[in-house]
Amino acid sequence: MEFLVASSIGLLTTCGTYLLLRGRTFPVVIGLALLSYAVNVFLFAMGRLTINMPPILRDGVTEYTDPLPQALVLTAIVISFGMTALIVVLSIRAYLEIGNDHVDGRPVGEPSEAGDKN
Amino acid sequence: MSLTLIVLLPFIGAVLPAIMIRAGRNACATATGSVTLLALILLMAKAPAVIAGEVFQVSYNWLPELGLNVTFFLDGLGLLFATLILGIGLLIIIYARFYLSKNDPMGRFYVFLLLFQGAMVGIVLSDNILLLLIFWELTSLSSFLLIGYWKHLPEGRQGARMALAVTGAGGLAMIAGMLIVGDIVGSYNLTDILANADLIQASPMYVPALVLILLGCFTKSAQFPFHFWLPHAMAAPTPVSAYLHSATMVKAGIFLMARMWPVLSGTPEWFYIVATAGLVTMVLGAWIAIFKHDLKGLLAYSTVSHLGLVTMLFGFGTPMAAVAGVFHIINHATFKAALFMTAGIVDHETGTRDIRRFGGLLNLMPIAGTIGIISAASMAGVIPFNGFLSKEMMLEEAWHTVWFDQNWLVPLLATIGAIFSVAYSFRFIFHVWLGKPRDENLPHHPHDPPFGMWAPPAFLTVLVVLIGLFPATIAGPLVAATSGAVIGGELPEYHLALWHGLTPALGMSAIALVLGALLLMRHAGLLSATANLSRPDAKSMFDCAMAKLVALSRFVSDNLHNGSLQRYLAIMVVSAVAIGVSGFYAKPDYLSGSRELLEVSPPAAIAWLLLVVTCIASVFMHHNRLLTLLLVGVIGLIVSLGFIYLSAPDLALTQISVEVVTVILMLLALNILPKETPKESLPGRKMRDGIVSIAAGLGIGGAIWAIMTRDLPNSISAYHLANSKTEGGGTNVVNVILVDFRGFDTFGEIIVLGIAALSIFALIETVTQGEAAKRLANWVVDNRRSADRHPMMMVVATRVMLPLSLMVGVYIFLRGHNEPGGGFIAGLVVSVALVMQYMASGFGWTQNRMKVNYHGMIGLGVIAAAITGVSAWVAGLPFLTSGFTHVHLPIVGEFELASAMGFDLGVFLTVVGAVMLALAKLSQVERMAEHVDVNLDPMDHDPSASVATPEKEA
Repeated sequence: MEFLVASSIGLLTTCGTYLLLRGRTFPVVIGLALLSYAVNVFLFAMGRLTINMPPILRDGVTEYTDPLPQALVLTAIVISFGMTALIVVLSIRAYLEIGNDHVDGRPVGEPSEAGDKN
Repeated sequence: MSLTLIVLLPFIGAVLPAIMIRAGRNACATATGSVTLLALILLMAKAPAVIAGEVFQVSYNWLPELGLNVTFFLDGLGLLFATLILGIGLLIIIYARFYLSKNDPMGRFYVFLLLFQGAMVGIVLSDNILLLLIFWELTSLSSFLLIGYWKHLPEGRQGARMALAVTGAGGLAMIAGMLIVGDIVGSYNLTDILANADLIQASPMYVPALVLILLGCFTKSAQFPFHFWLPHAMAAPTPVSAYLHSATMVKAGIFLMARMWPVLSGTPEWFYIVATAGLVTMVLGAWIAIFKHDLKGLLAYSTVSHLGLVTMLFGFGTPMAAVAGVFHIINHATFKAALFMTAGIVDHETGTRDIRRFGGLLNLMPIAGTIGIISAASMAGVIPFNGFLSKEMMLEEAWHTVWFDQNWLVPLLATIGAIFSVAYSFRFIFHVWLGKPRDENLPHHPHDPPFGMWAPPAFLTVLVVLIGLFPATIAGPLVAATSGAVIGGELPEYHLALWHGLTPALGMSAIALVLGALLLMRHAGLLSATANLSRPDAKSMFDCAMAKLVALSRFVSDNLHNGSLQRYLAIMVVSAVAIGVSGFYAKPDYLSGSRELLEVSPPAAIAWLLLVVTCIASVFMHHNRLLTLLLVGVIGLIVSLGFIYLSAPDLALTQISVEVVTVILMLLALNILPKETPKESLPGRKMRDGIVSIAAGLGIGGAIWAIMTRDLPNSISAYHLANSKTEGGGTNVVNVILVDFRGFDTFGEIIVLGIAALSIFALIETVTQGEAAKRLANWVVDNRRSADRHPMMMVVATRVMLPLSLMVGVYIFLRGHNEPGGGFIAGLVVSVALVMQYMASGFGWTQNRMKVNYHGMIGLGVIAAAITGVSAWVAGLPFLTSGFTHVHLPIVGEFELASAMGFDLGVFLTVVGAVMLALAKLSQVERMAEHVDVNLDPMDHDPSASVATPEKEA
């Protein structure tokens, strides 16, 4: 199970990072979303993985999973929604202002950075 | 207490001139002068005790964790410098009142001057070296402002920049040196450091610390090879030159050498670095001064030379030389400040500073002339003025100094320096004041200045004469107290007197006077002989070096910071990966630990497989944006399932409801944004990004693998589990942590959420202006639309669902403290319920029925949370302390009513407000783009309407 979680986090990070490095706003937003999944699960997994031990106190039960990472991740999920909403609106505004959705605000037709360097 | 006041007075008083200038120039100068006078009086009140050997100390804690405390102490050395700073400062303030013209903003001048004065007093009275460094930098800054005071003059601006660059760089080096010293001793208090000379000199870090500290001293005190900034600083108004660049600031470096003398001196390194730099500076400065035609330029280089002299004396490292150094500091301050002020008078009265145009000015300005001649004679070392005394002592010390086994070298060079010094001093006398007028057409017809302008230098000149005639009476006690503080032990045997018998020093003095006079007679010949020599021009070298530095910085920042977000992100990711990799190799036991692993269940394996496929697909198909969005939704779903499976029901609920609103948000965004991502990345770029991302993924995956395969060390979680019920009154530990244990975090987070929503509001609200408005006005719908905008089935279904979903929201909210749920999740669920209405029945129809102000809701939420937190104060408890009680309600049963519920209500309101505000604003753009009127009917085709009026249909 641990391997599945670790590999998922790694894969989410890889895909998120790759999309983050694209030149248009929408893939960057998607990349950030994938990265926040990775980060949230990473933080959550800091409390180690357990099954059927939710941190809801019950009489006679003594073993619970670590509640602290869960509390931190819960707010992180909500905050990352707020941030996603903000950058989505920012990218719409930028698109409307400059007429294209390139992250560098470059007018369409100019060579992209990749063209300069590679 | 009054010690602190002495330091603070100039800073506090710096406000006065800025205010008083409205009342006129005299009021302004008087106010400034009274501040300095008051500080001087406070200082003088302590002087007798200090001279008697007492040391005053005062201390306040500032940042004790850093070893930075506000501690001041006043001993002999501090007294000498503080007296010079405040005393000469007072004279300069009077002088400047008459020097500055009507067009100069006098208030600003005095503000800068007082700031400088405070910083300078701070340096000499600090007992903490970190505090001293702060004041040290302040003097560099205020000096920059003062040199550039005439900001319309390019020389002023350039000179100010050069001074700041050189002294600022030296200051940085000194910070490093001081930190090393503090580290060796384990304390940043000067008194502790002074008591640990052996420890410091035995440390292997002694030489680096010494070199770094000396860099600071040498740059500040214009020692070779950093002497070049001082002459360029002469672009400042003359009062500044007289004050900063002869009497006080340039002596800060000397002061520090004197202050650290007991700790740093006495080693060969100290001797060879300090004495050699001083010797070279003394000879070189004096030589250049002979050929300067600018009156202030001559004085500037002579200052460089005299600073070299004092540095050399401290460099010798013998107590006797230190006494001579201290004495010369006093003497130099008196005659040089007087000389600068005289030069200012000449400049002011004649309109020029070119020595070649002067001659015979004594007849026209007898008072200024007398002052100038006496001070210059003292500078030359003519009996019976004070300059003679300390120069004799210097020559005496030089006579005994052996440099690399050569006992003739230092005496010879010292004598040569003295010869040059006599030559330029006599030049100041003979070419300016005596002889015949060489230029009858001076810009102004010179005459003696007003009293206020000649009184300050006259006062100093009186001191020059009095100290010369009665050194032991006038200066003796101060020299003894200061030297005692510098040496930090027994004073050597010495006599401050004009006549010491026929000593070698007297011979050297006589030779210097005769040869110096001869040299001046040959001045014209020397000028033409040296005219064609190529001299290194410090300014062009400095400018060249600065230009190269600027070019380098520009190269680096242009390449790192080229305005491309792609570049920035790539650099950040690569740096993060590099740091991670270096960490992996630093401690190579990073992989598998020994913790027992969980078994893989078949559903988990299937979910994992689905996740892998969707992840990879989302990358390879990311050009189709809608498809990518759906894939991301699937990933979010799998993550939620994972949370449920791994004992995190709260997270699962949160994730899934956030997922819903996120997808709606992105769909709204995609309506405006292009639907396809163009394929524009070249293969090389894709390869590079691929390698970087795979490295990042492997690093993160490896890290979490290493963590998960090890046991959890003791954390604070056990505390939360143990106290959730008893202290927080809830069994859902996650929720209790959010609203109680770490309520302050949550409070901050809902504020962030609210701010994000308000930023979205601001971004959309202003979209109706400029380019964006034009593009929206010309928008062409670029995707196929459903013919039925508001399907009846959906409208009816959501209408029925609304009360149910709201009920679920309330239920989740109420039970949140004990079971999975709480304000965050309830807020999201309610938002989804409301958004469904907007989607199904249209914005206009819903908006007409939703009379809720989302801004107000966000504010209300934050206030509710704040009030809950503050109400704990009423009970005398800290912010956000929660209380709870058991309540029994019919049907619902018994439950705890915790004050944290009020806090959770705040969270709930903020979440609903923020989500709804963001989505509502976004849909506003859509409506503007689509040029469709807001529908007021719930659905496109209303069946009830057609039943009611069947005739019309037919």
